[in-house]
Amino acid sequence: MAELLEIRGLTKRFGGLVAVNDVSFKVREGEILSIIGPNGAGKSTLFKLIASFLRPSAGEVWFRGKRISGLSPHRAARLGVVRTFQETTIFRGMTVHENVVIAHHLRSRASLFGFYLGTARARADEAEFARSAEEIIRFLGLGDMRDHLASTLPHGHLRALGIAIGLATAPAVLLLDEPFAGMNHDETMRAVELVRAVRERGVTLLLVEHDMPAVMRISDRIVVLNFGSKIAEGAPAEIQQNARVIEAYLGSEDESIGL
Amino acid sequence: MGLGMQSSLRPGAVIGVAVYVAVLFVLVPWAIAASGRTDLYYTLTSVALLSIASAGVWLTFFIGRINIGQGAFSLAGGYVSAILVARAGLSFWLALPLAGLFCAAVSVLVGLPILRLRGVYFAMVTLVLTEVARLLALALPITNGAKGMVSLPLPGGVKLLGVTLIPDFATLATPNRAFYFLSVALMSLCFAAMYRLVHSRIGRLCRSLQQNEELASSIGVNIASLRVLAYSISSFFGGVGGAIFVAVSQSIYPSSFTVNDSVNFMLNCFLGGLGYVFGPMLGTLVLYFGWDLLFQTGRFQLLIFSSILIALMLALPNGLLSLRPFGWRRG
Repeated sequence: MAELLEIRGLTKRFGGLVAVNDVSFKVREGEILSIIGPNGAGKSTLFKLIASFLRPSAGEVWFRGKRISGLSPHRAARLGVVRTFQETTIFRGMTVHENVVIAHHLRSRASLFGFYLGTARARADEAEFARSAEEIIRFLGLGDMRDHLASTLPHGHLRALGIAIGLATAPAVLLLDEPFAGMNHDETMRAVELVRAVRERGVTLLLVEHDMPAVMRISDRIVVLNFGSKIAEGAPAEIQQNARVIEAYLGSEDESIGL
Repeated sequence: MGLGMQSSLRPGAVIGVAVYVAVLFVLVPWAIAASGRTDLYYTLTSVALLSIASAGVWLTFFIGRINIGQGAFSLAGGYVSAILVARAGLSFWLALPLAGLFCAAVSVLVGLPILRLRGVYFAMVTLVLTEVARLLALALPITNGAKGMVSLPLPGGVKLLGVTLIPDFATLATPNRAFYFLSVALMSLCFAAMYRLVHSRIGRLCRSLQQNEELASSIGVNIASLRVLAYSISSFFGGVGGAIFVAVSQSIYPSSFTVNDSVNFMLNCFLGGLGYVFGPMLGTLVLYFGWDLLFQTGRFQLLIFSSILIALMLALPNGLLSLRPFGWRRG
């Protein structure tokens, strides 16, 4: 499998605090890679660095032979690296369908001015976005909620909407920030299937997640962070045996890493 | 729910536009002629111009920014057109768009840094902007300081191939009526342009910005340039409104547009309704005439006026148009 994303020596300091310390790893095309670690290990910061929401203090992120660290988030998104959010971040005042349609922005072939004038190309874009949005909404099981205001959706569906918004951008890599947080067992299992289905669409997935059983189930490979540094990388089975990982999770080691 | 294309052809919309045109361009001039109240031309011209500037403020609300700085751009637009007409001898009809473009250009420079601010911080900076514009007008040599610029010429005529497109305002018996038509026509143009903008994809992108900037940028929206675009259109409106105002009154002073006006522009939007493109138009009309109607109450004018405003905002937080007087749907 080809490498899609390469993280080289990524470091982020906030004043005296080193949130992410010299982290390097590679993401292969079509895999599901999870980033785990105890609270405060720097997972979310690392995520923001990869999606260009933060500028690294040192190190670089390369995507398909292009350096994307230091670009603005919309540029990274344009190249195909798209992030969904931890807090159920959606456009609250829009319906489910409107949320997903607007997220097709990157696929526009017409210019903004073209959209203003309503040119043939702009109308073709609009029709295509509406059609594609319908498909994505059905794919994520949101069909019944199509015209509901996003702010009225129950928790699990909000998460699905977040993924729908991400998918609408036609990403190469989708960064999912805690996709299973706050879900019960059944919901998590359904969501795991959903994430797998997303991968079947040709999207490479990068996850930050706390739910160890889900991570072990879903991931091709896992990167473990502790105090901002990478302490392990490998397949789920290797990670479960890794002494440093067990030590990092010490106190509740057995249960929390799913042994 | 439908896409912008079909909605613009709804029969209700066609009737609405027809009524609007008939009232503003036929009924009002007829009523004024019949009653002999030609002073109303000046009043209604003011309302039209103020609502253009308010429309600009509404557009900044639309991207989630509270703009208390429109007075600065109205003042700048007024001065630019006054200077171009009086000092450079340019035709008013050229000076007018140039004044708007000047304001748009300035707002790009100013907007790039300050549009990063949100909420009350952006509001404060824009408030200061109005004061900065006033102080600049006082200090710069070209604006003639506190004495202002007076006796500005009326707009001249425009001829194309010997055909008079626009008559010389100075030769008209009733230039105020001409200004009324000019202002109302321009107001209609501005609101039509804004309506189209809001109901096109740009409008939906602006709404996404208003609701969540972080998410908007993560789906690939260039939020910085979209914000600047909206702000520059907003300032263009402010500048154009100010420029015609100056032409009507044939004079401009540093106090022509003050913080008070900036606040009023914002109130017009609140009163009319932030969710409706035509909110600022209705808001300006009601606020302007409401204030005048309370004139008899003398020293209690401001007290009564403010109390009514507060009551209205409590009762109708989404503005007067949320009453849906014409069966309008939320835009």
